[in-house]
Amino acid sequence: MEIPKIIGAGLVVIGAGIGIGRIGSSAMDAIARQPEATGKIQTAMLIAAALIEGIGFAALFAV
Amino acid sequence: MVISNKPLQFITAILIACLPIFGFSNTPTEGKPVPTETTAVAQETTPVVEEETSDSSDSEQAKQIKKQIKEVIDHHVLDGHDFSLFEYEGQHIGFSLPIILWDNGVHIFSSSKFHHGEAVAESNGNYYKLHHEKIYKTDAAGTLTEEHGHPTNAKPIDLSITKGVLTIMVVALLMFLLFTSLAKSYTKNGGISAGAGRFFEPIVLYIRDEIAIPNIGEKHYKKYMSYLLTIFFFVWFLNIFGLTPLGINVTGNISITFGLAIITFIITTLTANKNYWGHIFWMPGVPTPMKIVLAPIELLGVFIKPFALMIRLYANIFAGHKVLMSLIGLIFIFQSWLGSSLSFMLSFAISIIEILVALLQAYIFTMLSALYFGSAVEEHHHEEAH
Repeated sequence: MEIPKIIGAGLVVIGAGIGIGRIGSSAMDAIARQPEATGKIQTAMLIAAALIEGIGFAALFAV
Repeated sequence: MVISNKPLQFITAILIACLPIFGFSNTPTEGKPVPTETTAVAQETTPVVEEETSDSSDSEQAKQIKKQIKEVIDHHVLDGHDFSLFEYEGQHIGFSLPIILWDNGVHIFSSSKFHHGEAVAESNGNYYKLHHEKIYKTDAAGTLTEEHGHPTNAKPIDLSITKGVLTIMVVALLMFLLFTSLAKSYTKNGGISAGAGRFFEPIVLYIRDEIAIPNIGEKHYKKYMSYLLTIFFFVWFLNIFGLTPLGINVTGNISITFGLAIITFIITTLTANKNYWGHIFWMPGVPTPMKIVLAPIELLGVFIKPFALMIRLYANIFAGHKVLMSLIGLIFIFQSWLGSSLSFMLSFAISIIEILVALLQAYIFTMLSALYFGSAVEEHHHEEAH
């Protein structure tokens, strides 16, 4: 259990969390502005979240 | 509904409230394995127990529980050469699968010859031993030359039907039966589906209308529809199978996701037109120094995109299984009313999320594959200058 590895893993998770959080918040704003486009916005949000999660997992496995 | 909602809720609440009784299932005086747990190789625990005789019996108990939990988790997430469901009072419940080895000649025998890793199997004069679910070639006594904890014996080429391979075959058969019956029902009922396939028709249409056509375009999407549908249902069904307590974890195996990503990569590369390669090596619409800088980056991107597909599916499913099993193991570590019931509720919530993740990962894999196919067959857009 090396300390740099633990700190690295924590940073990766923070990065992924902030990224997906920002996407979620702008998706909420967009849905609030235009409720009829909810389906498209949700789809785009899920895709972006999955891509960020992919990077997060890849980094976690490298660590 | 005929039955009113209130008695159902009451019964469900009582059932959930009584489940922390499992926390009592491992008494502190004896260290005998719990019947519902699977213990893969029992001889691994006894050397550890002998070392710990100097500690107090409580920490020795705790260490043994943790060792058992680790073995259960490994048994669940790793591929195995036999399909053992659990061990009950020393008897393994499950069935053995054929082992097919290529070692200057084909050796086929049943995995029951290994006796769950304890015996040396003999086949046509060669002796094989199973160690941590890998097959090594040994002599009649079963000696494994160790180095840094890993045996360095020669390994034959292992083509056996393992748990994962059997599950893939079962899912393939299931999908085949399901969708051929759905297709046949259209001809029998005059254009309307009937039977169990009715659930899948809107999903198939969704994949066509929301994933394939927007990403690939009207002209070319039909070529790729069969692959996209196959990938979606294959990954979804395998993810759901992994959530059952049978201990089959296929998509959480990097070899499987590697295979799926390779197929996407091959299809993208083989059906790409000139515009695709043009965009990679000589990106139109940017100044020439930028083109030279972009070429290696885009070339790297060609390989990284399927690689990310592989890692994304593998890591999501594998990590989900490990977290879920560790939380379930926490129930047995706490062994108190409060700790065990909280762990149980947390693992229940996490398994609900895992069901969502199963569908989401299948959707993301399909969507990104469609995106890559779309970029491969994209027509040339004329840049409009205003």
